[in-house]
Formats: sequence, structure tokens, C-alpha cells
Amino acid sequence: MAQTKHPARWSEPVEVGDVLLRVEGLKVEFRMREGVARAINGVSFDLAAGQSLAILGESGSGKSVTAQAIMGILDSPPGFVTAGRVLYRGVDLLTLPERERRKVRGAHIAMIFQDALSALNPVFPVGWQIAEMMRVHRGLNRSDAQEQAIRLMERVRIPAARQRARAYPHQFSGGMRQRVMIAMAIALDPVVLIADEPTTALDVTVQAQIMRLLQELQEERQMGLILITHDLGVVADVADRIIVMYAGGLVEEADVLDLYDRPAHPYSRGLLDSIPRLDQKGSDLPAIGGLPPNLLRLPTGCAFHPRCPVAQARCRVDPPPPRVELGPGRAAACHFVVPDADFGRSA
Amino acid sequence: MTDPIHSGPETMMGAVANDIAGEAVERQEEAAAEASAVLDKPHSLGSDAWWQMRRRPMFWFSAGLIALFILMAVWPSLFTNGDPRYCDLTQARHKPSWEHWFGTDIQGCDVYARTIHGARSSILVGVFCTAGVTVIGSIVGLLAGYFGRWLDVVLSRVGEIFFAIPTLLGGIVILYSFPSRPGTPYAIVVGKVVIAITLLQWPTIARIMRASVLQVMPHEYVTAARGLGARPGRIIVSHILPNAVAGVIAVATINLGVYIALEATLSFLGIGLQPPAISWGIAISEASKMGFLTSAPHMLLFPSLFLSLTVLAFIMLGEVVRDALDPRLR
Repeated sequence: MAQTKHPARWSEPVEVGDVLLRVEGLKVEFRMREGVARAINGVSFDLAAGQSLAILGESGSGKSVTAQAIMGILDSPPGFVTAGRVLYRGVDLLTLPERERRKVRGAHIAMIFQDALSALNPVFPVGWQIAEMMRVHRGLNRSDAQEQAIRLMERVRIPAARQRARAYPHQFSGGMRQRVMIAMAIALDPVVLIADEPTTALDVTVQAQIMRLLQELQEERQMGLILITHDLGVVADVADRIIVMYAGGLVEEADVLDLYDRPAHPYSRGLLDSIPRLDQKGSDLPAIGGLPPNLLRLPTGCAFHPRCPVAQARCRVDPPPPRVELGPGRAAACHFVVPDADFGRSA
Repeated sequence: MTDPIHSGPETMMGAVANDIAGEAVERQEEAAAEASAVLDKPHSLGSDAWWQMRRRPMFWFSAGLIALFILMAVWPSLFTNGDPRYCDLTQARHKPSWEHWFGTDIQGCDVYARTIHGARSSILVGVFCTAGVTVIGSIVGLLAGYFGRWLDVVLSRVGEIFFAIPTLLGGIVILYSFPSRPGTPYAIVVGKVVIAITLLQWPTIARIMRASVLQVMPHEYVTAARGLGARPGRIIVSHILPNAVAGVIAVATINLGVYIALEATLSFLGIGLQPPAISWGIAISEASKMGFLTSAPHMLLFPSLFLSLTVLAFIMLGEVVRDALDPRLR
């Protein structure tokens, strides 16, 4: 076993409130034949121990790419991190050599994927796959690893775990597969857990169960949880803070209740308005017109201006200030943002 | 609030018995019932596959045949007392009889004895060529597919160069350059044929492996393995190889017969194995000469039959192994 160069403080216990992950000015671009797509244009945020951070955005907003960049699993080429830092407990992961970085994955920062059917290896029993994590990283022998795997499966509430450990991924339902995926992700007691659309492929009833399980595990282990989703309904109960991304940029950052109460950016507003509500039965569901921009040809000025209901002439020309502070822990990137902004919304 | 894990409307569909979720209490029982069926299953992956294989009659049939032929190759005297090299010209081209079960050939040698003794060369050539081609082809295909970029370009072009050489022509050139003399040891004579065929045939498997790897790579479990800290070596061994190997197994087992036939062709041209060596290939070549097909069909029939059975046995075994390694087919 090679001597690890990880700072000693990584092995120290994490205190609630410690900043685990600090992303600063992250920029990612995809260099393709058709041109350079700027998938992330300077994203910054912090994640503290015991905190749940939701990253919200449409397809192509850069939320998954952000996660991949943090994990260091961008497909490269074509993806390249061109600027910024990803500090994990004070150490910039982007400058670590691949060997060192690999030790961070799984053991310190783990990830849950969207579609657990394709994220589990179809030719091995699920218990074996969980146990493999333990055998490879912890050096446990086969039977100890298997016991640990069964315990983990019980922890994520898979019924008859001892028997089910020998079943294959295709023999599980979607919700159970996602539980297996979660068991694998928490197998090495990671400090940060990134869940990339963990419930998108699931039924609504199962979604709630999985979210509750994630929340439970996060509270129990005081992990930092990053929840990537396009579904505002999913994050409301679980997340403490939300960042909203649009076209690779961070458009708003707020505590979850503030965002729901008083969205400061017109885009966040549009997202909230487009949630179907029972009391609006019969009326048309408000939608954000238009399509997300092509990342190869971002609009001039504010990337959101072609779809923005309150856009003015300057939005077409001037990029908005990246962070307009709106109070403690609140910021938005818009020319016209003011605290308690109403944007002409009728009550 | 009720625990959402144990509530929610559940419609049980009998048809989806496989999809036992156990997300509701009612389902748990069924899960336990189904699970107890697999409870006795052994632990590791290898024994899981073994448990799967041994339930299939096709496995026992093919394994039995292969065992028989291997026995034949190792101890031909178990099957015949006849001397394959004792030939009586006065007895040439006799039809099968009690004395000569499979008849006699053009030289008056006993076809039964020659067929039994021929198993050794044919099986050696077939098995070693298959092993060599599969190992080299799989490694090259894996490297080219997994690492891509310049390595893929180099390996694929090198493969194409070998692929472009007609095997027979290439075999003639290679074996003609390193001729065997009457005194050359048996192992070296066979080894040269094996090396020549392996050298010219590996790109077939490399291409299949590369294509399978490219198909497996974009799957999320490969990314997930990286995301959970797996090394490239482990990703290849645990995730890519087991999911990409099916096509290679299928083609490799079918090709085993092709290699035996290639050896026969090279022998027929007088550069593969040479008399006094005995092989099914040589026997088939001899028997296919002008006129014998009608006057002495048994000369062709018996060695061909043994060759076909060998190939069939390996193909069937390959299929069983492939199925056992893919849990989705169970």
C-alpha cells in the first residue's frame, strides 16, 4: 500500500459546520468539433458538514457537470476544467495527482447516480458489488466484506437483505436498486455525498422514500449532501440551501425557505411558478417560454434574457453582476434584483 | 405520518414475479419466498456460474465429449491396440469391417487407429490456437477500446495489417521460412503451426473485443465505479471484461474448428504437420484427393465426424459458459 499523502486533518473527525467543500470560480468547457461549449462559467459555493445543498437547474444547466468536476470523473477530452479550485477540507482536489484523487473518491466524496439500473454492474450480485468496495478499499476478506454489505443493505432498508445480497441488479425494482446504489455510496463512510438526480427514474411514492432515506443517512452521519435535481418538489423537505443554475452560471443562492418565499431571480421565479398546484386546477400552468440556450453560442449579456419576462435593453448587452448580495447567505445574478423583488408578480 | 416505506398503494402483478421489490409489507413475504429459492446458492461469482452450468444437460454432454477427446489425445492406446503406422498395401481402401472398424486408407493403414491417434495433433492445434488467439486478441482489444486515442489507432492499424494477409498465404510464408525437417521434435512442429495461425488470426478477436468494450464503456456503472474510487485495472477486470466477454467466447469456440481445418489445409499443402505425423487434418486432406470420395468415402467420413464432434462440443461448451456468465439470461 502506497503511503498516502493526504493531510492529517482529513482523518480527523468532522465537526458540524466545518466547511467540507469549497468550490471557487469553477469553469468547465467541452472542446468539441463544433466548437467550445462553456458548460460551467464560474460557479462558487460552500458545503458544510451536516448541510444539504441542492443544485437546481434544467438539463444542460451544468449541474451534473459540476458534480463530475468535483469528483474528477469528467470525460476528458472533451471536458476540461479551465479555471477555479475545488477545495476539500482545505486541499485543492484539482491539483492532486490522479492517484491521490482516486483515494478521495468513494472514501471521502461519494456519488449516487441517476439510473441505478445502469449504474450497477449487471453481471455481479449486488452484495458482491457492495462488498467489493470494502475488499478493495478496506482490505477486508470475502466473508467479512459480505457481512458488512448485508449490514449496509439492512441499513438502507432492503428487506431480506441476507438473501437479496445474492440477487442481481435486474432482479430488483427501481427503488430497491437505488437503495443498493446508496448502500454502495455510503460503504466507505464518505464525508461528502453527491446525489445526481437520485430519484428522477423512480415513481413518485418511491421518490419520497428515497429522499427520506438520504436525509436520514445524512443526519445520522453528519455528511455534507449535494443534491442535484431539476425537481423543486423533491428538494423542499431535504435541502437546507439551494443554488439555482442556468446555462452554466449560478443565478441564485439562498436558504431553501427564502427561495420558495421570495425568489430573487426571474428564472427561479419561473421555476417555482411552473410547479403544478392543486389550487390552480383548471388554469393554464405557467411555463418558462423558449428553450435553454445552446452552450456553443450563449446569448450576449445575460444568458437568460431571451426567456426573461422582465428583460430590458441592457440585459442583451451587459452581463449581470455575478453576485448581488441580498443579505446573509443570499445572492443572485441579475441586473434588476432587489430584496423582496416582485417582478410584477400578482399575489 | 405513516412510514412511507410501508405504505402506498401497491398493485401486485403476477407477471412481474421477477420484480419483487418488497417496498410494501405484502411484497416482503414474496421477496423472502423468492430469496429463499436462491438461499442455497453458493457464494462467489465462479461458483455461481458453476451452479448455473451444472444444471444444464448441454454442459454435461459437451464436457463429456471434450473429456473423451482429451483422453484420446493423451492416451490413444486406451482406445486402440492398432498401430497407426502399420500399413499393409495389400489391404488398401477396404470398407469398414470387424477387423478394421473404420476401414483402411489408400496405404492400407487402419483408419480407426489413425483417427484415434490423430486426435492429439488436431486438439493440440485447435486448443492452443484458440487460447493464443483469444488471449492476445482480448488483451489488444481491451487496451485499444479502453485507452483509445493513439493506442487504439496504433493497435487497430497493426491488427488491420495482419487482418489483410490471407491466412493461408501468410501461413505458407511463415512455415516455409521456418521449415521442419524429419528430425524436428513433435512439439516444435505443432508449435510452429500454432504460432503461425495465432499470429494471423488474433485481429478477429481483437476487433470483436474492442467493439464490445466500446459498447460497455459508456454504461453508467463504469462511471459509477470511477466515482467510487476504482482503479483502471479494477474497472477493466470487474466491469468491462465480464460484460464484454460474451461475443468473444462465442466466436472463439466456433473458430476452434476453423483452426483445426486450417491446420489440415496447411498439412495438405505439405507445410503444416507432415507425415509421419498423424492428424485429422492430414487424414481429411488425403481422403479428399481425386476419386477417393466415391471409391472410399469412409476415409473422409470418420476423421471428419470426429472433427465435427470436437468443434460441436466446444461450441456447446462455449454457449453454456457464456450463458452462465450472464445473469440476465438465467
